[in-house]
Amino acid sequence: MQEAAGIEASVLSADSVSKSFGTVPVLFSVSFDIRAGEVHALIGENGAGKSTLMKILSGFHDTTSGTIRLDGKEIQLPGNGQAEALGIVLIHQELNLAEQMTVTENIFLGRELSRNGLLNRAEMARRVGVMLAEVGLDVSPKARISDLSIAQKQMVEIVKAMSRNARVLIMDEPTAVLTDAETELFFKQVRKLKANGTAIIFVSHKLHEVMEIADRITILRDGQWITTKQTSEFTLDSMAQMMVGRELSDFYPPMNEADVDAEVVLSVRGMTTKTLRHVSFDLRKGEVLGFFGLIGSGRTELFETICCLHEKDAGVVSISGVESSHASVAEMRDAGIVYLTKDRKEKGLLMEQGMRPNITLLALPRFIRHFMLDRAAEQKALERGIRRFDIRARDPNARARELSGGNQQKLLLAKIMEAEPRIVVIDEPTRGIDVGTKQQIYHFIAALAAEGISVVVISSEMPEIIGICHRVLVMRSGRITGELTGEAINENEIVRYAAGLKEETFRG
Amino acid sequence: MADTIAPQPAARRAASLDIKTLGPAIALILLCVIGFLLNPAFLSEGNISNLLTRSAFIGIIAVGATFVITAGGIDLSVGSMAAVIAGVMIIVMNNTIDTFGTGVATVLIGCFCSIILGLGAGWANGMLTTKGKIEAFIVTLGTMGIFRSLVTYFADGGTLSLDYGIRDTYRPVYYDSFMGLPIPVWVFILVAIAGWVLLNWTAFGRYCTAIGSNEAVARYSAIKVDRIKTWTYVLQGVCVSLATIIYVPRLGSASSSTGVLWELEAIAAVIIGGTVLKGGYGRIGGTILGALILTTIGNILNFTDVISNYLNGTMQGLIIIVAVWLQRGDWSRKGRSKP
Repeated sequence: MQEAAGIEASVLSADSVSKSFGTVPVLFSVSFDIRAGEVHALIGENGAGKSTLMKILSGFHDTTSGTIRLDGKEIQLPGNGQAEALGIVLIHQELNLAEQMTVTENIFLGRELSRNGLLNRAEMARRVGVMLAEVGLDVSPKARISDLSIAQKQMVEIVKAMSRNARVLIMDEPTAVLTDAETELFFKQVRKLKANGTAIIFVSHKLHEVMEIADRITILRDGQWITTKQTSEFTLDSMAQMMVGRELSDFYPPMNEADVDAEVVLSVRGMTTKTLRHVSFDLRKGEVLGFFGLIGSGRTELFETICCLHEKDAGVVSISGVESSHASVAEMRDAGIVYLTKDRKEKGLLMEQGMRPNITLLALPRFIRHFMLDRAAEQKALERGIRRFDIRARDPNARARELSGGNQQKLLLAKIMEAEPRIVVIDEPTRGIDVGTKQQIYHFIAALAAEGISVVVISSEMPEIIGICHRVLVMRSGRITGELTGEAINENEIVRYAAGLKEETFRG
Repeated sequence: MADTIAPQPAARRAASLDIKTLGPAIALILLCVIGFLLNPAFLSEGNISNLLTRSAFIGIIAVGATFVITAGGIDLSVGSMAAVIAGVMIIVMNNTIDTFGTGVATVLIGCFCSIILGLGAGWANGMLTTKGKIEAFIVTLGTMGIFRSLVTYFADGGTLSLDYGIRDTYRPVYYDSFMGLPIPVWVFILVAIAGWVLLNWTAFGRYCTAIGSNEAVARYSAIKVDRIKTWTYVLQGVCVSLATIIYVPRLGSASSSTGVLWELEAIAAVIIGGTVLKGGYGRIGGTILGALILTTIGNILNFTDVISNYLNGTMQGLIIIVAVWLQRGDWSRKGRSKP
């Protein structure tokens, strides 16, 4: 019936594919196919098996059972990315660019153009220039990758894939680090590729984007195939429900009323650095304060500077009314303020270490008795963190790298909470994690506020800013341009401030 | 395809850990067996004691190097540092004879001077890498040259000799035994235990590992990265001082050829022992075994005629390469790489 026709038309398909790592099964007889000129979204919670399926489809993993077909013919895909030769390109979530080489060198890596045995640099640069112009990426072909922003790197990665005439393009959360404007531009490219007959597998946690770009959607849960349907047959709610497998009521926790008379625990006046321009704000006890802004608006830098991770040019930070003269992250931690980075792989966790050394690292002085590490206390901290944050690991000795994104985020939360802070700054609390874990994290933030801990949430996701914050400050170009409280917190207003259509004046 | 099922991650890690932890021990035992088969005198009390004493210099220095390397650094200057410290010690002791005579006081002044120099040299290496933001390789390559030329200069191109009066006082530090073990071996044991405790059971050791794993994560975790890294070099300097203090009475002299290539032997001992060269994972126990392995190879070659003693370097080199190859742990799994 329909299935037979589907296989016939599909470029690449997986039939009843199962995969186990050792004795741990991660995929159970999953079928998936992709047709030319189609965007097929693959969604599911972290740990649902999306990455494994993608890696099987691109040859990075082999299957335990089941078959892969290319153009209807059974095939064993070559490993190590050599499936690219067959037109199957996987864009990894961690970008695979040579940081010290230029844009052109990266795009032509491994298939350089040459003339008379020498590299034809001019021709390569010209072609890359055309490609960059096509996607509207304003960087020089000669720019070094290490000088680009993450968003620009992502676009370079996409240009690289497109330049390889990929028949099947598999993209693992390509929009996770893109701004809305960049995402739009990116989708334009995707539509162009689609029109040219490229088959695109798109993995994302941003469900509204999936709705916008995908033709068909496949949902995986716990390694099982749940459904594959036309996008038009889904709603955002039905997608979320099928991913999680339960009703998602109370997605955002009930908010306790903000106490406008609560004491000011953190007060910043005239914070100035190279990019920050005279930023001032107050944070009250038990408040959830949102910071919204476009990428590069200075939100992360503001709080990294407050926590002494960067030098400041001017500005005063007062904690509970006392002017702080602290100069190190450790002193700020002891004063009760901790910062949870958005970059959990590079700045948050020791990926090659186990959970125990990670969880106690920030608050290590608390785990010292008679000048020695108290391993028993560390073990208790780990058990406490696992219980409190519902961290799920295949085995308790797992390295941080082996945890799913959601569990890594929970581990990070557990790590900063070991310092028993009074002020918690969480940068992009739910970046790249699944719906179920998001909900847990929102509830956790609300619980912290209810305990009287002040929480700053820096986020680029409008719904979560609106859903969990008592008050929202909007930043643009290194300044706070707007403040919204209570009922006034809505998408429209936030966007107007963030985009510079509206601005309040703040005095320090 | 189905026959290439990867082993369970946990099991695989346990297996590779075993190779990492037991490998150096097995290698050392094998070497001892070979040594014994080639010449039974290898296991005589005298030779074992000699072997341990010889291992002490490199071993003590390598304990310090374990910290530097675990924290993601490297110190190439230790050999030259040992030479210049030995040289200055001798000059200072020879010059204090007039005031303090040839007794214990003079020797103590020499030792004190050695510790101060070790602290200072390590501190300089540390500050230049952290505050100066110059790569450790470059800094210590530079100080290696400086220290080496300084000792040549002090010795005026020749040899600095310790006064014979002081030699008699100082001699027991190298040649005497305590409870059946030579003094240098005792120092080695104490340094090793202190190093093991420091690396595995203190915040300092944990911080070294964290910094070596990922410096940014360490910084964001409220670790004073520059301070800890500087301390690893200071610790390295003190280890060099201690090694020099027990080395000087052996020959009673220092010249431009003192301590040549010690830095490479120390680094080799660390790597053979399973510490990861790019940092983030360190093992003091392994380092001790590494130092013993290197010395044992030289010793066996001295004892037998099968391979020329001149090929000592070749054997050491082969052992280093094989050790690292074994530690990679994925030599048994060919074909598909991990994702």
